Amino acid sequence: MSESSRLSVLKTYKLYVGGKFPRSESGRVYEVQDHKGKWLANAPLSSRKDARDAVVAARKAFGGWSGATAYNRGQVLYRVAEMLEGRKSQFVHEVAHAEGLSKSRAAEVVEAAVDRWVWYAGWTDKIGQVVGGANPVAGPFFNLSTPEPTGVVAIVAPRESSFLGLVSVVAPVIATGNTAVVVASETAPLPALSLGEVLATSDLPGGVVNVLSGKAAEIAAPLAAHQDVNAIDLTGADASLARELEIAAADNLKRVLRPRGADGEDFTADPGTHRLTAFLETKTVWHPTGSLGASGSSY
Amino acid sequence: MPPAPAFADVTASDSTLRRFLHGLPGVDTVGLEARAASLGTRSIKTTAKAYAIDLAISMIDLTTLEGADTPGKVRALAAKAVNPDPTDRTTPRTAAVCVYPDMVATAKAGVAGTDVKVASVATAFPAGRAALDVKLADTRDAVAAGADEIDMVIDRGAFLAGHYLKVYEEIRAVKEACGEQARLKVIFETGELSTYDNIRRASWLGMIAGADFIKTSTGKVGVNATPANTLLMLEAVRDFRAQTGVQVGVKPAGGIRTTKDAIKFLVLVNETAGEDWLDNHWFRFGASSLLNDLLMQRQKLATGRYSGPDYVTVD
Repeated sequence: MSESSRLSVLKTYKLYVGGKFPRSESGRVYEVQDHKGKWLANAPLSSRKDARDAVVAARKAFGGWSGATAYNRGQVLYRVAEMLEGRKSQFVHEVAHAEGLSKSRAAEVVEAAVDRWVWYAGWTDKIGQVVGGANPVAGPFFNLSTPEPTGVVAIVAPRESSFLGLVSVVAPVIATGNTAVVVASETAPLPALSLGEVLATSDLPGGVVNVLSGKAAEIAAPLAAHQDVNAIDLTGADASLARELEIAAADNLKRVLRPRGADGEDFTADPGTHRLTAFLETKTVWHPTGSLGASGSSY
Repeated sequence: MPPAPAFADVTASDSTLRRFLHGLPGVDTVGLEARAASLGTRSIKTTAKAYAIDLAISMIDLTTLEGADTPGKVRALAAKAVNPDPTDRTTPRTAAVCVYPDMVATAKAGVAGTDVKVASVATAFPAGRAALDVKLADTRDAVAAGADEIDMVIDRGAFLAGHYLKVYEEIRAVKEACGEQARLKVIFETGELSTYDNIRRASWLGMIAGADFIKTSTGKVGVNATPANTLLMLEAVRDFRAQTGVQVGVKPAGGIRTTKDAIKFLVLVNETAGEDWLDNHWFRFGASSLLNDLLMQRQKLATGRYSGPDYVTVD
């Protein structure tokens, strides 16, 4: 069949919330264009109620995901990378259109994103040793610190780097056992919505990552004010929005990760561990030392 | 007490009662469900929503019916019924707390000095499989302990076998055991009655026998309160009042967990039975987790920020 005689099968991009693919509760969509202004697809224009539903899903998933062993989380995240690899051509296509890159440059970006995912997958069972450990105390006690996930993290994903940037902010949040509500790039949401499809077919439990597309100002504001969101990553918010969100987030003492610099972050550079540690809390336990009985306890 | 005069002939024998109940018009299943679904699409916002939330809170029978209920849990529940949201004293109290008979005294002490009622399930709840003497003793115990309301279960086995008069007499006997002190709610366990026709028959049977409330279910089976079966019961109480002048309350129980669901039921009440039933004397929700969702929605309306489970009690 020749190219012209075949009807095109256009994709309906949908949100990813609680392991399902709903349309926006509001029924709205908006036009997504490539960097030249050509129409690509319609994406859901999420409302604050979609944000609310996403938080409920993320909260529900938190117990299971944070309670999973670090080793298991690492395996699941590696599985995600495997699935990403299999869908590479789709992501190359979407990234090339969204960011105006050549095919080969887009392929490099996607490969870097998959590698980054694998890199974070490896961190799940190592971060505890790096930021936790035995503390020397002046008394007859063992004193041990161990990192714990903060909870539900809202992420305003980078505006420009639609895939590598997205992966760079989402993977570290869930690697440590948090669950996430991601506000995708407003102008280039398609890679994020496709990432939802990848996550749904990996072993990641539904609700661990929830992807919303639409206007960052509209969706992020209720997330920042939400009493059941524990932290917010403002990477993709411009200066005025970031300020507004930080004020709203102060109401219930959310952890806030501010955007770095005025021209955004360079996601091609070595990410370091600051994003892994941004959404961790430290639990410290004291235990008396002394002679241990056969059971391992001194009591 | 004599039966309502209009039904003396109906309750004369098993066959007259059967003839009456089977003579009730059949239920249009498709129409009923479509009506219930269409009423569920109403959008209730802002001030109407605030009114509905407060009304729903004031209609809750805050319930704990577990084998593991401890006096401490019942005390905590009673405290919550009296003061649902300690951060906002304008929150209305719930209508009642609903417990097993042996916990009535504890609950009664917990709500002392307030208008919160204590309801007690009785009559070998939830199965209802016991001799009448046992059921009556169960009821008298609860009433003696101070219960203001008794939630009885009907003998579904007898009902499904067609022994309507037996069910009728049992309700009459329990009603008598309640005396003047306690209002009687009659639970049909609609999930076990199989058909809407049966629910309509049970509703009329219960009302003729003197129920103060008709209640959908125990919350212990797979299918509990649904908009459709509640709508059907609301139609029954409306028609019963039109015919006899006696008003009977309705209580859906089990499976109502969100504010959205609760508001759907309130719309059903308003559109079917009418405003007279929009009061906790005539309509109740049998629920436990519903209250937390209502409180979170109430906080959202007050502050503009979405609330979370950290800001309500864990029951």
